[in-house]
Amino acid sequence: MIGLGARVRLAPKARLRYDERTGKHVLLYPERGLELSDSAARIAGLCTEERLVSGIVDALSGEAAGAPRATIEADVLAFLRQLEERGLLLVTHA
Amino acid sequence: MSAETEAPRPYTLVAELTYRCPLGCGYCSNPLELARHADELDTSAWAQVFADAAALGVLQVNLTGGEPLVRPDLEALVAAAHGRGLYLNLITSGIPVDAARLGRLKAAGLDSVQLSIQDTDPRGAAWIAGRDDLEAKLEVAAAVRALALPLTLNVVLHRGNIARVAEFVALAERCGAERLELANTQYLGWALANRDALLPSRAAIDGARAEAAAARARLRGKMEILFVRPDYYADRPRACMDGWARRYLVVTPDGLVLPCQQALSIAGLTFETVRARPLAAIWTDSPALAAYRGDAWMPEPCRTCDERGADFGGCRCQAFALTGDAGATDPACGLAPRHALVREARARADAAPAALSDGAPPIRLRRFRPVA
Repeated sequence: MIGLGARVRLAPKARLRYDERTGKHVLLYPERGLELSDSAARIAGLCTEERLVSGIVDALSGEAAGAPRATIEADVLAFLRQLEERGLLLVTHA
Repeated sequence: MSAETEAPRPYTLVAELTYRCPLGCGYCSNPLELARHADELDTSAWAQVFADAAALGVLQVNLTGGEPLVRPDLEALVAAAHGRGLYLNLITSGIPVDAARLGRLKAAGLDSVQLSIQDTDPRGAAWIAGRDDLEAKLEVAAAVRALALPLTLNVVLHRGNIARVAEFVALAERCGAERLELANTQYLGWALANRDALLPSRAAIDGARAEAAAARARLRGKMEILFVRPDYYADRPRACMDGWARRYLVVTPDGLVLPCQQALSIAGLTFETVRARPLAAIWTDSPALAAYRGDAWMPEPCRTCDERGADFGGCRCQAFALTGDAGATDPACGLAPRHALVREARARADAAPAALSDGAPPIRLRRFRPVA
């Protein structure tokens, strides 16, 4: 299971793009797509290159008016695990 | 759910670039009257289709055919669609094989490849497609993986190959496929013409399904395995195309805008071409696309059925092919007044020989190979 020490990046088949129709980001992959919430889109945007999961939490915690770090950490881990389940994330465990 | 008065947003464009194909699969989804659609849209007309589809909200494009590789301008088409931000899936037999070309297609913006496998048994492949290309397809699969493109293997299941699900799984593992689609033939068009030779028995389908489930459990996290039953053996109809002219739009080689790849088989509907009117206008107000949108067209028992929002009343083309009325309840549904039509076909399949043998009945191969 993905932890804070893992390194992650989006799988090559996953493409993140903005959808003008909805004002949301979508993650496209073969013959399917996921509409992302704004917070999920920020996490996915940080995964376009390889990063430490703790680094993603750091980056999001640094944003103004952010939620408590523990909440951000839980959200990041939950979303990344969903991506991994769908085969949309490359993970190197620590 | 009430009738949809406004055209919904399409998400996927199925671009049938050509009906030319080196293979002759007896379950092909192309129309029976292929030669009528031989006047193909050129590069710039397709580029306009991609631009218009993107403006309508389309996110995914399936580049299919026939065999899209026979289009010499495929690289240019990929580049044009990629330029509109579309996610591009190449649906191919892999034939004619050209590894260098796959590299050029990736460079132009191709996102994924779905490669068809007819059979692992050369005799079976020759029976269903008129030829055996397995070795060449393995080369294509290797080239796709060497380019780090995602690879899906697609096997259309029928009586001739349904006993070999374990072999198809092993092949997909060997190829490094990320996804394996084991999709039973649905009995429309060419497949309906060959139905008595292709429809498996219930026992064969149950066996294949169990085999697929075991492989899915074993390969979880490594390979996704999809198993699609024939709707003849489901008690409820398929949610065909996720509803008529709702999420998918199909453009034929000659520019007709359809709600699905079989819709030309329905007599009495006039489909429009992008040669005469822009795609967005056709999608929005073409009477043929409006004909079975929403649920206002539904007869009983669909009209008051709790499941009409899940299956959209099933397949209109199948209703037409089997009953002569495209507005009838899909006979695949156990509640349909004409369900006996499907039950009788199943009974014949159960009585037929289990697998392909030396005395296998000949099937009608799809033939259409005009020069480019």
